[in-house]
Amino acid sequence: MTADAYPATGDGASASAEVQAETRIVVANQWQLIWWKFRKHRLAMLAGLVTILLYVVALFAEFVAPYSAGTYSAQHTFLPPQSIKLFQWTDAGWRFYPHVYGHKVQVDPESFKRTYIVDETITYPVGLFVRGEEYKLWGLFTLDFHLIGATQFGDPVHLIGTDRLGRDVLSRTIYGTRVSMSVGLVGVGLSLLLGVILGGISGYYGGLVDNLIQRTIEILRSLPTIPLWMGLSAAIPLTWPPVRVYFAITVLLSLIGWTTLAREVRGRFLSLKTEDFVIAARLDGVREMQIILRHMVPSMTSHIIASVTLAIPGMILAETALSFLGIGLRPPVVSWGVLLQEAQNVRSIATAPWLLFPGLAVVVAVLAMNFLGDGLRDAADPYQT
Amino acid sequence: MLWYIARRIIYLIPTLLVVSIIAFVVIQLPPGDFLASLISKAEETVDQAQVDALRERYGLDEPIYVQYWKWISGIITKGDFGRSFEWDKDVSDLIWERLGLTVVISLLTLAFIWIVAIPIGIYSAVKKYTIGDYVVTVIGFIGLAIPNFLLALVLMYIAFRYFGQSVGGLFSPEYIVADWSLDRVLDLLSHLWLPVIILGTAGTAALIRVMRANLLDELSKLYVDAARARGLSELKLLFKYPVRVALNPLVSAVAWVFPALVSGSAITSIVLNLQTTGPLLYRSLQAQDMYLAGSLILLVSVLTIIGTLVSDILLAWIDPRIQLQ
Repeated sequence: MTADAYPATGDGASASAEVQAETRIVVANQWQLIWWKFRKHRLAMLAGLVTILLYVVALFAEFVAPYSAGTYSAQHTFLPPQSIKLFQWTDAGWRFYPHVYGHKVQVDPESFKRTYIVDETITYPVGLFVRGEEYKLWGLFTLDFHLIGATQFGDPVHLIGTDRLGRDVLSRTIYGTRVSMSVGLVGVGLSLLLGVILGGISGYYGGLVDNLIQRTIEILRSLPTIPLWMGLSAAIPLTWPPVRVYFAITVLLSLIGWTTLAREVRGRFLSLKTEDFVIAARLDGVREMQIILRHMVPSMTSHIIASVTLAIPGMILAETALSFLGIGLRPPVVSWGVLLQEAQNVRSIATAPWLLFPGLAVVVAVLAMNFLGDGLRDAADPYQT
Repeated sequence: MLWYIARRIIYLIPTLLVVSIIAFVVIQLPPGDFLASLISKAEETVDQAQVDALRERYGLDEPIYVQYWKWISGIITKGDFGRSFEWDKDVSDLIWERLGLTVVISLLTLAFIWIVAIPIGIYSAVKKYTIGDYVVTVIGFIGLAIPNFLLALVLMYIAFRYFGQSVGGLFSPEYIVADWSLDRVLDLLSHLWLPVIILGTAGTAALIRVMRANLLDELSKLYVDAARARGLSELKLLFKYPVRVALNPLVSAVAWVFPALVSGSAITSIVLNLQTTGPLLYRSLQAQDMYLAGSLILLVSVLTIIGTLVSDILLAWIDPRIQLQ
């Protein structure tokens, strides 16, 4: 290292740049190293951006969504998605005019089934930052700006179509982001708490306590999760308010989710216990608590963050599955799983395939979090190049 | 080896006991019981004396541990899982065929996962960082990210929209209640491919990643170089040593793939309307049919525990490096 740091001769500029890079690495702290390594992982970077975007959408759902989650219109049930046309061709030439086409309704005289026929003579202009329904952002500010929507308030613009009550599928999916993405976070938070405490105790003390906790984990892991969740969530009374059901579901999810994290923490504790720097600290007479908090915990945080990221998609999938079956979250709560309930059988999908759109949101969210977690795990591993 | 198996089986007993308690507690959690929900649903007023008689008969007024004891001792001594209130039949009459179908679907899916994942995993590791590898990786991740039931819905929609057939169920209508015969088995097999593919995607995607990572670890080892230096052909070299070593973790993966399959099949079965344990459990939970629900949770758990045990024993048998102590 010293020989590299003081090159005797050589072509000045490039060598000194190399030295600078070298010293930069030597003095960088752990988080900087992880960040540099993570940055090289293109896919993980992209996934990270998508994840951040999803949480931003969740935060500003009222603003991003063109309508509120409950807005319905009896005249526009099962309206198919309208695609945005950016330009309009007229006899005078073309002009920039983002719009969607309107529909003519035909009601079958026998079955009263409504069919929509695209009517190219009717156009509804579409724009960004348009004025629409009023809403209260985070219950504080009354605003009426929406990221995207019909320029003229009241025009029926439904980019992803509507459901059986004429509610806007896009808006509902955006509102669903809030619940679905946060169920993962809250659930993982609880699992982390349980996992770190129990895994830490298990790994640090060993012996009988360790044995007991490990056996418990083994039993919990050998149980088939979905039937167990089904049984547990069937126990949630129908009369509970939505918020309480929401927390009950997250608690249920983390009841089994903590085992993976506990194993991870225990494994880390076991391998760190015999590391030289921990032994050195012990020989220097540092107190036990100090060793755990100052020396051991910092060197496993990055791993824990990675495994937490990898645990979130599992929770999102579980919530979606439970709500889809009708034993998780229930309307009026809007989550991706609740929305997919509308698409529960082939008949409803055949009439309105766009009802599967929230499923796309689930896939994107889960994919992004998986790639992000993978990238973080690779970046946090000092032995991998 | 025998000693190892015997010890593992002895360890099984406390596990099963705890699992049975969990199953029983879970089904006791909902407020009220089956009779209460029956009365609330009944249109005419129910005679109180009749209700009391039913309560007495099913032992619903006794403390939980007495109920549990009656239930578990009946199972162990007589194979009697109690009575289903909703169906008015013995639970054991209802569950065995469905449990059998669950096992068949899970095992077939497991076979499907292995047959698909191993060759693709090997290909992906040998051709690391080629276009083929990237394609496989991306498809694998997407397979992991799509919930089973969503895949089921999409495939059902495609089959309905473009092939004009409904693909739900495990049997054609004429065979649903028929006795077992060769024709019925063939009919079953012709319906099984869809659930097997749907259930298998996530597991396949996961196993491809495991196989690829394992094989990559092995391929960089010195013994591979040594074998190559001695002039072994690449193909022979690959299959003679590294692939065999890399397969070991796949055997241990059975331990977590199997519970995931049984668990995942619960939801997929409800969507596809398969006659497995999933839909029955779902219905019994909603009706608070507690002995049926409890027995199903218990048996499905026992199934996964046995699956885990078998995979552990297989692993110990294949891999001499595993210490049996």
